[in-house]
Amino acid sequence: MIRLFKVKEKQRELAENANGKPPVKKQSAGELRLHKDISELNLPKTCNIAFPNGKDDLMNFEVTIKPDEGYYLGGNFVFTFQVSPIYPHEAPKVKCKTKVYHPNIDLEGNVCLNILREDWKPVLNINTIIYGLFHLFTQPNYEDPLNHEAAAVLRDNPKLFESNVRRAMAGGYVGQTFFTRCM
Amino acid sequence: MADSVAPPSRSRDLDKLLLRPGNLVGPNFEPGAELRDDLQEYARILVVGAGGLGCELLKDLALSGFKNLEVIDMDRIEVTNLNRQFLFRVEDVGKPKAEVAAKHVMERVSGVNIVAHFCRIEDKEIAFYNDFNIIVLGLDSIEARSYINSVACSFLDFSVPELSLASLSHLLLGYLEYDSDDKPREETIKPMVDGGTEGFKGHARVIVPGVTPCFECTIWLFPPQVKFPLCTLAETPRTAAHCIEYAHLIKWDEVHSGKTFDPDDPAHMKWVYDEAVKRAELFGIPGVTYSLTQGVVKNIIPAIASTNAIISAACALETLKIASGCSKTLANYLTYNGVAGLHIKVTEFVKDKDCLVCGPGVLIELDTSVTLEKFINLLEDHPKLHLSKASVSHRGKNLYMQAPPVLEEMTRSNLSLPLYELMDKIAKDTIHVTGTTSKDDKKTSSLRKLRVVFKGIDGVTDMDMAGGA
Repeated sequence: MIRLFKVKEKQRELAENANGKPPVKKQSAGELRLHKDISELNLPKTCNIAFPNGKDDLMNFEVTIKPDEGYYLGGNFVFTFQVSPIYPHEAPKVKCKTKVYHPNIDLEGNVCLNILREDWKPVLNINTIIYGLFHLFTQPNYEDPLNHEAAAVLRDNPKLFESNVRRAMAGGYVGQTFFTRCM
Repeated sequence: MADSVAPPSRSRDLDKLLLRPGNLVGPNFEPGAELRDDLQEYARILVVGAGGLGCELLKDLALSGFKNLEVIDMDRIEVTNLNRQFLFRVEDVGKPKAEVAAKHVMERVSGVNIVAHFCRIEDKEIAFYNDFNIIVLGLDSIEARSYINSVACSFLDFSVPELSLASLSHLLLGYLEYDSDDKPREETIKPMVDGGTEGFKGHARVIVPGVTPCFECTIWLFPPQVKFPLCTLAETPRTAAHCIEYAHLIKWDEVHSGKTFDPDDPAHMKWVYDEAVKRAELFGIPGVTYSLTQGVVKNIIPAIASTNAIISAACALETLKIASGCSKTLANYLTYNGVAGLHIKVTEFVKDKDCLVCGPGVLIELDTSVTLEKFINLLEDHPKLHLSKASVSHRGKNLYMQAPPVLEEMTRSNLSLPLYELMDKIAKDTIHVTGTTSKDDKKTSSLRKLRVVFKGIDGVTDMDMAGGA
């Protein structure tokens, strides 16, 4: 290709930029795939999505889940999503912004959902994650605990678990931990 | 020519490749002293990364006769680099890798000029990358490769008959023109040579955007990263790595609320190590060491100097072949495995013709008056697309989104505007659409790249970047 390089070099000397293509940032492949995921979202009425940085930043968004059944009925739980430029090769980073008394979500907002870590596959999408999160509220699971105490209570005393959840969602203490109201 | 009287030179071995004809040479190979001199004068090569591979690459390329080299790397030299990144010495610890590597090679190889860039690859303007003839990658992450790949592919231009006639430079310089639409214009192709190593294994590949598969065409071949379930870390750790990840992912946030963990801060790393040791003692798990902690947290795989040397040599040779044509290039992916015995294999990967990054996209010609809504309707009837309910994006701007309702509302007002205006009056540009395609009554969702060309706009206006909406 050396002849081509030569021509290009001469051309560059002749007219800097005149023949150059405009320098523009291209969208990453991850952004494009995410664009597809978002434009095809099919969310249940119990889930809402918001884009705090406006319509052109899809890589950072928030999903609010309002369970319509189960222990968490009536609560509002906000999750932040951070999507990497190599999405879907890598799962989005999801955290729960709302402090919640839940066996599979710890007090720092880490979420134990298999498809967010060990079972993530590029064929999955944002919709599947949101359904997975929703599922955590209708079917909290004491077998994969992140909040050890909450899991033990759910396993040994579901009635107490239920009242603890209500108290946390209404804003109050469960044990030593204070929860802000999220109803 | 003077080469018969020239004294035996440093390029004696190189001359055997460049001065003599051969049977295995590439197309358009013109052996001779002029070729050798032109390579030195005109070939401009960028080396991305000045680490284990980058050091080797710079040295190999300089010794292969290239004189105009530049290197970009964002890292500073660490003590642990010194066993294999041979351009660095103990007194260099803490200095930028790119600068020290460039200086060292220039001292040892006379006549070579290396410009160092101590910054992130994303910090450079896209135009910076267009100044090079070949980009050689010595990187260690998928993300960085994907970025450089998308930059290199963004220079690709696929010929459009009317426009290329209008383009003055073509007439003046008599460029090779393809008669078919979907072939890339040769002068816009930015070849890349990508090397990578992981312990005793490595790869070298040649990427000629628009001709051979680009990085994105085959990204699905990478195995997923190993990630442990958070609940295993929290409840049932079984290995030293589990204890380390517990301290890194869970305990850190618990103790340092709001402060982000910095893997390059030794104090942070030490904290994670100490916590991991406590955790391991609690569960009676052996094997937590400081270096394992670094390895797990930063995803470090032990690097082997000889693997880097072998892969770099392959990459430097391919670079020389692309530039000089002295041999056909690798087609197109070489894997090296030195774990048990030694195994080298070349596999010819195939291009994804619909690749969103390197593919030509479907050509669509439009009048400047066509509104976004009309355009979306046109896609439904387009013989190559049959795309209904399209959402449209252009250069990272979402022009119209069918869902979710919050975005649909924000973009609805664009529907009645001319697409030409929404695309900042650029005569010819790429846009992306997602929607539903129907073929034989089967509906599938698809994401497509389109090359939109507006009729009746002079080819020169596509250089006009100033035009705002």
